[in-house]
Parts: sequence; structure tokens; C-alpha cells
Amino acid sequence: MSEIRELYQELILDHNRNPQNFKPLPGANHHSEGFNPLCGDHYHIYIKTDENNIIEKITFDGKGCAISKASASLMTSFLKGKTVEEAIRAFESFHDVVTGKIDPETGMAELGKLAVFAGVRDFPVRVKCASLAWHTMKAALTETETVISTE
Amino acid sequence: MNTDIKTQTPTDIFNAAKARLDFPALHQEVHGRPLVYLDNAATTHKPASVIEAVNRFYQRDNSNVHRGVHYLSQKATGQYERARETVKRFINASDQSEIIFTRGATESVNLIAQTYGRNFIRAGDEILISEMEHHSNIVPWQILCEQTGATLKIIPFTDSGEIDLNVYQKLLNPQVKLVGIVHLSNTLGTINPVTEMVKMAHAQEIPVLIDGAQSVAHIPVDVQAIDADFFVFSGHKVFGPTGIGVLYGKLDWLKQLPPYQGGGDMIHSVTFEKTIYADVPHKFEAGTPNIAGAIGLGAALEYLTSWSMDEIVRYEDDLLRYATAKLRNVEGLSIIGEAQAKAGVLSFALEDIHPHDIGTILDMEGVAVRTGHHCTQPIMDHYQIPATTRASLAFYNNRADIDALMQALQKAIEVFR
Repeated sequence: MSEIRELYQELILDHNRNPQNFKPLPGANHHSEGFNPLCGDHYHIYIKTDENNIIEKITFDGKGCAISKASASLMTSFLKGKTVEEAIRAFESFHDVVTGKIDPETGMAELGKLAVFAGVRDFPVRVKCASLAWHTMKAALTETETVISTE
Repeated sequence: MNTDIKTQTPTDIFNAAKARLDFPALHQEVHGRPLVYLDNAATTHKPASVIEAVNRFYQRDNSNVHRGVHYLSQKATGQYERARETVKRFINASDQSEIIFTRGATESVNLIAQTYGRNFIRAGDEILISEMEHHSNIVPWQILCEQTGATLKIIPFTDSGEIDLNVYQKLLNPQVKLVGIVHLSNTLGTINPVTEMVKMAHAQEIPVLIDGAQSVAHIPVDVQAIDADFFVFSGHKVFGPTGIGVLYGKLDWLKQLPPYQGGGDMIHSVTFEKTIYADVPHKFEAGTPNIAGAIGLGAALEYLTSWSMDEIVRYEDDLLRYATAKLRNVEGLSIIGEAQAKAGVLSFALEDIHPHDIGTILDMEGVAVRTGHHCTQPIMDHYQIPATTRASLAFYNNRADIDALMQALQKAIEVFR
């Protein structure tokens, strides 16, 4: 049970029950759609940046498991007010932590609350759930593709 | 064994504990818990006799088939063709050459789509499949429709997960050139009335392909009684190896179909001017086949035949009822698929808990289930859900497995409460 609690920390469960920024964003100037065909997770990320490349507003909607939904909720809260460059850097740190490439102690320092997702690295099949919103956000900002898939 | 059977429950009659001992992989721990394997619709475990048959082939008899005059080649050919004979007996085909070895049910459907399609499907024709088909009995027909300009038509199912035969009757018309129906739904557990559906199609001279991927291991299959024109299944879902499957086709049909792939072993003679194809079944088996796989499948079917299929049906039905009653007691849980004729597949959805989260928590408790759309996205669309959790039974499962599932499910509910 302890490993399960390690993955499903209270913060994750809270954000799953009451996701933040869980709505479409009229006036968004960046948008992307993310799929995980394996389990049916499906999210839209909406972003409004200002003329200085600062993320003014960021929201999401869609459906998915607790990990993916909490990740999207915490990510949107975290990125609000950050620059596009900072968001991309955060994507890389987050990705490295959940895939176990770097130690959560060091990598998570700059990620604050997002440290709760460090437990995911022990559940390889769930890494995609945690990172789906992040990949979708990155796609929205870099506009390489408008629909991304984990497969 | 001679006591009055009526006083016994199916659990007493069928010795699942003995069956369980035959499957080495069932006896292991996962995350420090005894494995509870409830993902049999994805793949079944293999009895020791199958593992041994494959092993023995590579250890002693390895050689190519239908080629050499040498001792080992003849031995390998003999075993490969005996496996074909075993399959023929198992599904009660009328002739051994009606059995074609493929990579699996998926390849079998593709084979028919491409060969039958090439000779018999034209623009404007219709191909009729059901709403509860596995993607493997949808996509090959979509590809064929794209190639030919034919149209794919869908037989809907009701919310309980049953095909409405009146609607099916209305969809049958002279434009329909082939019907494809799943025998036993991998997501809903529905056992479709295939014999009746074949009869209805045949009344209008429409051939029918039955996807038996899930049925062969769980209900008796007699292709002649069903009167199926084509019947497909995979070895690995019936206790055999992966990478081997079967296409059964009525001899009359198979003779009318062109080859699927070209290559060695499927020819009678080759010159650059003209190639004469081998007779069925070899015409459809280009290249060196999965010899060990076929031998393993033969061993699996022989193993299964050592049990009584009627007893397996009664035992699994008892287990299904036991599990269904338990699941119905869980607040906020809905069972997806409640057909009258149903086999041991339990798909369910829990309010507010995503199947993927349930799957992870169950796994930590040693309980293996499948979560997702089970390659049946149209079924998910029907119920407007993204995914289900699915526990699927085999005859080596028992009530303790169901109890373990229920306990693990309670843990998931506790985490999310």
C-alpha cells in the first residue's frame, strides 16, 4: 500500500478531484490536443501569451486518469506567469524527473509542488500519464504539431 | 465421480486446482503478492505440455518443413501437419486442407479481406460487421473498402450488449458481399448467436466470417454446426504460443481465392513466364511457417481436449456469476456488457476512478487485469466512456482469484475516497 501512496499522494488526489484551470480559454493564442491511445487519455491545452512571451493564462480540459489530470492541473498552475522559455525548461526538468533521468531531489527544486510526481518514475507505464499534459503544452507553444500522441 | 452430479456445484465437478498446477507461470509472486491472473482475454498462460512441445521441437527436431528428404525435415513436416489435423478435429472442420496456419486471428482476417476482396468485392458492395468487433475485424475491412470503393455497414448492439437480430435482418441485402461477426466479445463477454446469424446471411447467399479469437478457449466450437464460411482464431488465447493462428475456410471458398502472399512453399512450379500455385492450404502459407508455434498450438488443443469443454463452460459460468454478484455489490460500479448469453469477461466502470488508476493499484496487489479500450473503441463510444477495467477468466481461475480482485478493488476505492 505504501508504494501506492507514494504514487497517489494527497496533492495528486486533490487535484484529480478538484482540478485547477479546468476549462477552455477563449482568446487563447496557443492550443494543442494530446492523446494517449493506450488508455484513452485526451486533453486540450489552451495558452494565452502576451507580447513579452509571458504565459498570461493557461487552462486545460479533457478526460483521463488521476495522474494525467492532476499533472495537467498542477502544470497549468505552475506555468502561469512564466515565460515560454521557462516553460520549455520546466518541461525538460519534469520529463527528466519522471523518467528517472535525474534525481528528484535536485531536479525538483525548481519544480516546487510538481515534486509529487517523482513517484511516477517507479511506475514506467504511468510516465506517459504524467507527461501527457506537458508534451501537449510544449506542442502548443512550439506549434510543431497541433495534435500529439504518446504512441 | 459416480455420485449424483446434480447435487454438486460446477466447482466440485471441475478440478480447477488440478488444472492450475499445469500452468507454471501462474505460480509466482508479483510485487510480493501471489499472482492473480485475470487478463485471459488478452492472452492465456501456457500449460507445461505446450512449453515442453515447443522446447522439444527446437532441442531435437528442428528442421524446415515440406522441403528436405532428410530425417529431421520429415519429422518436422509430420509434426506440423499433425498439428493441422489436431486443429481440424478441435473445431470439427471437414477436411484438413481447410486449416491454414497464420500469425494469428488478425492475419487471418486480413488474409480473407485481401483475397476474398480481390475476387469478390467491387465498388458499391457492402461489408457488414457488428458494432462490437475488435479492431482486427474492423480495420482490414476499412482498408478493403478504401481499395475497392465498397462500403462498411455496422450492425448495432443494444445497451445490454446484444445484437438485435431484427436490425441485422434489415441490413442484409443483395449488396452485402460478406458478414463479419465476433463469436465472443473480448470487451462485453457477449456470446453472439452466430449459428442463427450465419443462417440468416446464407438465406441471401452471403458468406460469413466468424472471429473466434475469444471463443475457442471458452465455449465448444464446431465450424460445421455453425456453418461458418470462414472462422479465425489465435493460438495464444487458447493456451498456445504467440505468433501462430488459424484461418478455417470452407474448401469451396478457399479454392476460389487467390494467394495472399507470394513466396516459397506456396507454389507448384515457378518459371519467369508462369507460376503455378500449390493447392490449399499451402497456397496460403508462403515462406517458412511458424513450425514450433503450430506444434505448440497442437499441444495446447490436445491439452484442452483432455478436459471436458462442457465442464469448462459450466465452471467458468459459475465463476462469472460469482464475480458478477460481487461486483454488483460495489457502490458506483457499473458492469459494461450484460448479455443473457455471456462468457467470463467482466468489464466495468467505477464512478470517479479512471480504469488506468484501478489497473495500477490492482497490479500492486498482484492482480493482473486489462484497462483501456481493449481494441474496441466503437464499444467505448457506444457507452460514452474512455475505457473500462476488464477481468477475464480462464478455467484455471477460481473463487479465491475473484476474492483477491474484490479486495484489491476495495483498496483502490479507499485510495480515491
